Amino acid sequence: MDLNSLTVASTLSAIRERQTTATALTEDFYRKIAAEDAEIHSFLALSKERAAAAAAKADALADKGDPLPPLAGVPLAIKDVMVTRGVRTTAGSKILENYIPPYDCTAVARLEAAGAVVLGKTNCDEFAMGSSTENSAYGPVRNPREKTRVPGGSSGGSAAAVAAGFAVAALGSDTGGSIRQPASFCGVVGLTPTYGRVSRYGLIAFASSLDHIGPLAHTVKDAALLLGIIAGRDPLDSTSADVPVPDYAAEIEKPVRGMKIGVPKEYFPDGMDSEVRKAVEDAIQLLAAKASCEIVPISLAHTAYAIPTYYIVATAEASANLARYDGVRYGHRSPASATLSEMYRRSRDEGFGAEVKRRIMLGTYALSAGYYDAYYLKAQMVRTLLTRDFEQAFAQVDAIITPTSPTPAFRLGEKVNDPLSMYLADIFTVTADLVGVPGISIPCGQSREGLPIGMQIMARHFDEAAIFRLGHAYEHARAA
Amino acid sequence: MKVSEKDVTYVADLANLELTPEERARMLRDLNSILEYVDRLSELDTADVPPMAQVSGSYDAAEKKGEATFEYAMRADELGPSLDRQVALANAPESDGKFFKVPKVIER
Repeated sequence: MDLNSLTVASTLSAIRERQTTATALTEDFYRKIAAEDAEIHSFLALSKERAAAAAAKADALADKGDPLPPLAGVPLAIKDVMVTRGVRTTAGSKILENYIPPYDCTAVARLEAAGAVVLGKTNCDEFAMGSSTENSAYGPVRNPREKTRVPGGSSGGSAAAVAAGFAVAALGSDTGGSIRQPASFCGVVGLTPTYGRVSRYGLIAFASSLDHIGPLAHTVKDAALLLGIIAGRDPLDSTSADVPVPDYAAEIEKPVRGMKIGVPKEYFPDGMDSEVRKAVEDAIQLLAAKASCEIVPISLAHTAYAIPTYYIVATAEASANLARYDGVRYGHRSPASATLSEMYRRSRDEGFGAEVKRRIMLGTYALSAGYYDAYYLKAQMVRTLLTRDFEQAFAQVDAIITPTSPTPAFRLGEKVNDPLSMYLADIFTVTADLVGVPGISIPCGQSREGLPIGMQIMARHFDEAAIFRLGHAYEHARAA
Repeated sequence: MKVSEKDVTYVADLANLELTPEERARMLRDLNSILEYVDRLSELDTADVPPMAQVSGSYDAAEKKGEATFEYAMRADELGPSLDRQVALANAPESDGKFFKVPKVIER
């Protein structure tokens, strides 16, 4: 059984037709991880007992010939920013090195209720802050496609696990591009749903108005299937939207003829990487030629202000969300602190890495008296301007296609000493997070050196169906 | 230099971070570099632009139902199940079995 080419559908049919059992398949995946992940380092923890129990459940149903739940026996990996009861969860940080959560993330619980087998927790940038997974306190992840290169971040472990065939699919989280960018670097599909489409309950918070949970998978169809399972109102997350979940699997087959695709000039600047430009432009042309979509040039005028806006809003929210790590109730406590204040300060300084501290400081500064208006309030106003750009665009078009990232995967160590250069890697992905629209990255080619290139498709709020239809049509047109 | 060493000390206090001298120097440099980039936001005229703290406010789902915004996010003020005390204390760095223990809060 070629683990690299399994999809949700082929896994289900293999189990249903007893070509394999969920238990045997789970063991196959653990064997592959044991043999190959030492080099990649995509996993931080393996949840073998939990996986075995889920696989046994799926096998019991298959043995009786009962209908299987939609993800029965499908092995998945979960980014370590989502809590899993009884399974160590670190958020890629030393401050949570020994944290065993007493509850499950809703998205994970829903996948398991659908029969999925959670293999383990994947490596990520600390508290999801980063674009290369080099900020993990547990060591970086290598891009399975080219091991001297980064897998992207912050969901680098999840993207690498799918790309390397260590899981059929994975969950990641995205605040500024952390699902889509690593998906494009590793050559897999990665979806950031509309803000509020998926509950954030159990997602260790980075920036509460920007955080999203979403799937990474080999195909658009698998991303759609997973979204269908995890999406929907959750009373435990007051920001989860009360909007019905469409049957994405049915939507995906609907025709795309006549759909209007917006191509924003600001995402194809002069001097951009010529291979990225060509791969994405070719993909757009393919959709026009083979799927009869209409290409409409558009402008998203405030694009250049998205990164500064993001790095004010996200860091300000992060400074508030990370205030809870104080050594009192869980997480690292600095030994031998004489006073409460010392305990807070030393626990945090010892437990947090450099990037996290940098962002907390930036966010605290932006919110402090005297600077709040100039930075945080200003950024919130620019967020409105960015939203208006998209509203105007979606009055003319049904979807927007751009490159996911300005470059393919960069080298390990290349950007670690220049935080600003690292931040600019998010330039095409942050707008979706700020505005709340959904976006997917789909592999659309590779560089001369064999590095994957991804194209991003964005759509209106709650119109993931349009994204899936276009993405699926593109996959078909490319294969034809 | 926009951010001064005094600013770094003040902000580190607010953020409850005990920075080492090396960290302080690095922070001064990084914060200035990032803030210089972020300053371009002042190029934009936002005089009549309302701030957006939360994108969900722009979703019109609630309006379609005729409810007040975020009505769906409310629940009745009723007691429900909560974490068992022992479970809540399980990750505590220090505990007496009933409470989380910390260094003395109030000096007598």
